[in-house]
Amino acid sequence: MIEAPDLSYAALAPLLFLFGAACVGVLVEAFAPREARHPAQVAVALVGTVGGLVSAILLAATRDLSGDGAEVTADGALAVDGAGIFLQATIAGLGALSILLFAERSLDPARSSFVASAAVPAGSPRDRELLTADRVQTEVYPLATFAIGGMMLFVAANDLLVMFIALEVLSLPLYLICGLARRRRLLSQEAAVKYFLLGAFASAFFLYGLALVYGATGSVRLSTISESVTTGGGDTLLVLGLALLIVGLMFKASVAPFHTWTPDVYQGAPTPVTAFMAACTKVAAFGAIMRLLYVGFGTDEWTWRPLVYGIAIVSMIVGAVLGLTQTDLKRMLAYSSIAHAGFLLTGVLGFDATGDSPGLAATLFYLLVYGLTTLGAFAVLTMIRDGDGEATHLSQWAGLAQRAPVVAAVMTLFLLALAGIPLTSGFTGKFAVFRAAIDDGAWPLAVVALLASAVAAFFYLRVVVLMYFSEPLADGPTVGVPGLPTTIVLAVTAAATLVLGIVPGSVLDLAGQAANLVG
Amino acid sequence: MTIAYYLVLAAILFTIGAVGVLVRRNAIVVFMCVELMLNAVNLTLITFARSTGTVDGQIIALFVMVVAAAEVVIGLAIIMSIYRTRRSASVDDANLLKY
Repeated sequence: MIEAPDLSYAALAPLLFLFGAACVGVLVEAFAPREARHPAQVAVALVGTVGGLVSAILLAATRDLSGDGAEVTADGALAVDGAGIFLQATIAGLGALSILLFAERSLDPARSSFVASAAVPAGSPRDRELLTADRVQTEVYPLATFAIGGMMLFVAANDLLVMFIALEVLSLPLYLICGLARRRRLLSQEAAVKYFLLGAFASAFFLYGLALVYGATGSVRLSTISESVTTGGGDTLLVLGLALLIVGLMFKASVAPFHTWTPDVYQGAPTPVTAFMAACTKVAAFGAIMRLLYVGFGTDEWTWRPLVYGIAIVSMIVGAVLGLTQTDLKRMLAYSSIAHAGFLLTGVLGFDATGDSPGLAATLFYLLVYGLTTLGAFAVLTMIRDGDGEATHLSQWAGLAQRAPVVAAVMTLFLLALAGIPLTSGFTGKFAVFRAAIDDGAWPLAVVALLASAVAAFFYLRVVVLMYFSEPLADGPTVGVPGLPTTIVLAVTAAATLVLGIVPGSVLDLAGQAANLVG
Repeated sequence: MTIAYYLVLAAILFTIGAVGVLVRRNAIVVFMCVELMLNAVNLTLITFARSTGTVDGQIIALFVMVVAAAEVVIGLAIIMSIYRTRRSASVDDANLLKY
């Protein structure tokens, strides 16, 4: 007789909301009539994500997550701790905003960013006919909800098997929704193929790492791994396994040198999906990286520290330097996300396993502000359009401020935040992670990070200069009038970018209180 | 028979799969190479389950098979959709996104 493990349902409520909503979404897809499906799916997905956010906040409010309230549930497979719940709330909130971007129907004359029927070959007569049809592939909502659920599981996984399952639950739906753009379908399908093949390759590496760690320690539970690391030290099998696990996770976090898919996929995927990936996947991947490194291998810091140190430097330099040469805004933001992954790693390196250094809190805060800012920047991108969808070429943005002063001002705010200019949230976040790195003695890393920030500032500011100080093109793009969903997203992200830049104290305190990991 | 033989065999299979992903051109074959890597992992897991005397490795192998099956569904759907448009499953033909 096998005894069922104890489940703390209250602690699992955020996850249950998301997976419940995703399952309801599948049923709606199967049984609701076509006209009713779109509003129903949007409502279900929003209920799921907002429910997840609210239940995570309630959980944090009612329990002392940094002390006695932190626990390990489901027979040790899931951790309920401050950092986990903070990241779950972040992912659910950013996920809800992404769902709103998905649901926008007034910007594109074709009524949606998503294809009417993914099975129809691109460019066929039937495809052209469906381009302007009111139909839309509503499967994106349950798929995205599953992906958000997988991400929230990923940051709470206290067991390498659960981490692997969560990795797949978040990745598989993402591969699919990358290929569902309504316009430029060939690019979108190509992005999906590339993301899928490279993603599957990376998860095979993660899995081999899991197998080697299991062979070395006899368990996949992070706490057990930690114990045998402490007593046995790093034998070859364990170190090799850890390296492969890091490769798998760094791929998801789009850290150079495992970044090659990022620009292509960010450019080819429908822009709302790119926004979703850039914001939520990054948060989830860094949550898992921190848990693996500090809960599992925290006592054996010096085997992985040099590796992660090197990867952080490579990522910052590759992101900043290659970002300079881009002429497409989506690709430019992709390289920016690679550079930001490097900055995030400086925060990850800036704390030790004892947990009294500020690195964990700084990384949590940075993930929140980076997610909000990048989501907002991609939301602006969905509004600037030409006859063939979004106008993402840099030259098309010339003189935008004269045509659409408000849009240009909002985009400028996001770009300044990404560059880390004071009085925006990006500055506070960068300041926090760099200070954590310096406190921990990693000042060479902070110097490289500052130089990379200076280089990266050039390509953000180039867009600002182009928008304000160039003459508009005669046949320039049009600026769409956003519907309610996009307006909400822009208002929330712009307000957060400003407020977290000017008065970040309360949220920094919150991140500081949340900064603990249980083993 | 020592345990090491199985581990070496699995490592060789994993390497063949990884090299195959890097050098083959047909998306279907690339995908099969990924599957080979996953199965090499399964062999490793089962060998370690035997050597450490725990049952976790066998259970994980079952999970890996389920995930691999789900991955096949997604992967073939994506490759089919691009094949229908381009009449080719070569990963070199899909080159619109670059630089």
